Amino acid sequence: MSKARTELDAVPGSAPHVELRLLSQPRYLCGARDAVSSIARRFGFDEQTSGQLALAVDEALCNVIRHGYQEAPDRPIWLRIWPLEDETVAGVAGGIRIVIEDEARQVEPDLIKSRDLADVRPGGLGVHIIKQIMSAAKFEKRSGPQGGMRLIMTKVLDTKPESAGERRPALAKTKG
Amino acid sequence: MALQVTIEIKGAIVVVGPVGDVDLNCSREFQGHLKKVLESRPARVIVDLAKVPYMDSSGVATLVEAMQIARRTSTKLVLCGMQDKVRSIFEIARLDRVFTIVPDMATAGA
Repeated sequence: MSKARTELDAVPGSAPHVELRLLSQPRYLCGARDAVSSIARRFGFDEQTSGQLALAVDEALCNVIRHGYQEAPDRPIWLRIWPLEDETVAGVAGGIRIVIEDEARQVEPDLIKSRDLADVRPGGLGVHIIKQIMSAAKFEKRSGPQGGMRLIMTKVLDTKPESAGERRPALAKTKG
Repeated sequence: MALQVTIEIKGAIVVVGPVGDVDLNCSREFQGHLKKVLESRPARVIVDLAKVPYMDSSGVATLVEAMQIARRTSTKLVLCGMQDKVRSIFEIARLDRVFTIVPDMATAGA
């Protein structure tokens, strides 16, 4: 029997279905994106949403590389993926949970924010993009001697059938 | 691998055409190309994104910076040929109304 879980922003107790460890180098971003979008499609997400999930992961990894590790190229980042299929969240038919962890300097999660979008200037969009795309996203400090941060992201699968000929708007969130 | 960028000069118009994903791995290189083009103060710079299947916020930041430089130098910056995936990030960041975005090169005035 599946264990009930109602928090969309918690790390599952079970082992991840997919685990990638990559060094903090931008050249590996494309591999992480490809993995996430391919797996998301297998979990039932459409092409557009799978692409957006890859974007959210890309933005999270970029934040770790640039801000967490200050572009040091030899630090570890872990990307772990679980399906939501084993969970019994009310009204949730499935989805994906993605957890990204690092050993970067810790910051207060409440201080991790997007810039004001009305203030048009380069940068500062990553957190906004992540929160727009995901159903839930939570930053937290890792415990233990290595320190570091954890980002838990969940996207719930929308099972509502689309009417024939109706195209989902580009920014429609699947749920939540 | 370096980002491939084509640069075509048509009188007072310069067409900049990156080829491939524009992400943190190559956005600085893209930024260098755009800055160099904008330094020559052309009347119009068209960034043809038809061959860019993916862009992250570092690529968007590069274009925001280019737009700011263009405004200072009275250069018209136009983005064209955006694929749906790339357009999506501009919409999420609410920048689709900040930039001049047109469907194709002909509309961009090339």
